Amino acid sequence: MDLGPHSGFIIASYALTAAAVLGLLLWVIFDRRKLEADLARLAEQGISRARRHQPSKGTEADRT
Amino acid sequence: MGILDLANPTRFLRFVQIVLPWLAGLCVIVFATGLYMSFFTAPEDYQQGATVRIMFIHVPAAWLSMMCYSIMAVSSLGTLVWKHPLADVSAKAAAPIGATFTFIALVTGSLWGKPMWGTYWVWDARLTSVLVLFIMYLGLMALWRTMEDPIKAGKAAAILTLVGAVNLPVIKFSVNWWNTLHQPASVMRMDGPTIHPSILIPLLVMAAAFTLLFFVLHLMAMRNEILRRRLRAMRLKAAAQTRPASTALSPQAAE
Repeated sequence: MDLGPHSGFIIASYALTAAAVLGLLLWVIFDRRKLEADLARLAEQGISRARRHQPSKGTEADRT
Repeated sequence: MGILDLANPTRFLRFVQIVLPWLAGLCVIVFATGLYMSFFTAPEDYQQGATVRIMFIHVPAAWLSMMCYSIMAVSSLGTLVWKHPLADVSAKAAAPIGATFTFIALVTGSLWGKPMWGTYWVWDARLTSVLVLFIMYLGLMALWRTMEDPIKAGKAAAILTLVGAVNLPVIKFSVNWWNTLHQPASVMRMDGPTIHPSILIPLLVMAAAFTLLFFVLHLMAMRNEILRRRLRAMRLKAAAQTRPASTALSPQAAE
């Protein structure tokens, strides 16, 4: 495969695209790991998402 | 499971768990096919030579940069009009992905421009309007970070997103409205594409791969955003549980 006289531009384009996509993917993966670890830590402390039954109006937590 | 059931975040997370591995697998297969076609079956262009291969990533990234903003605009309507519980989650999750695709479109366009136009950048209507789109993405990401309450931040960002949607037709028609260095549309035209199938087909396969990549990343980022809001709700609950005890220990309470 001959990329011609402008091979540097072609390789740089694909390399930068791969780096940007990989960076985004790793950020999403590590973000999830950190969030799950934080959620597990709170659960260990006995804090759950379950609500006590209250007749009052809904809170922000209801939407999550 | 009906489509309306996905409005429930817990059901949505279950849906993501089932769909994501299949979607990611399909994305890898389509990407491998598209890259093979881009480098081994697509011929060189009679004018651009081998640099036409940059188009196989530049054009899909540019399309996705606009599609992503369109999804954010629809999600913003969902936040403001229908108050859908996942609408602002979708908009917030899409912003960094859209910013990345816009960055890729700008950088690869610039790297293509140097050998073809003789310059990395011109303040041409198409290039400038895409740069404005990139700045809009960064601005929206900053806005979400400045507000503590995700519901309030979602509403403010939804208004800004809808205002910024004016830029989408400007980007699309900039090559027709103004005399620009950027070439006019050659795929999405009323009279059909002007590109030979030997180059058009790899381009469309790569566009499909980028679209699948967007949906994979979007579902993953939406899942993270739901977890982030659950974490926030749990931290607020933990703070509310500890507050009465700390109040009881304070000097004012003792008096």
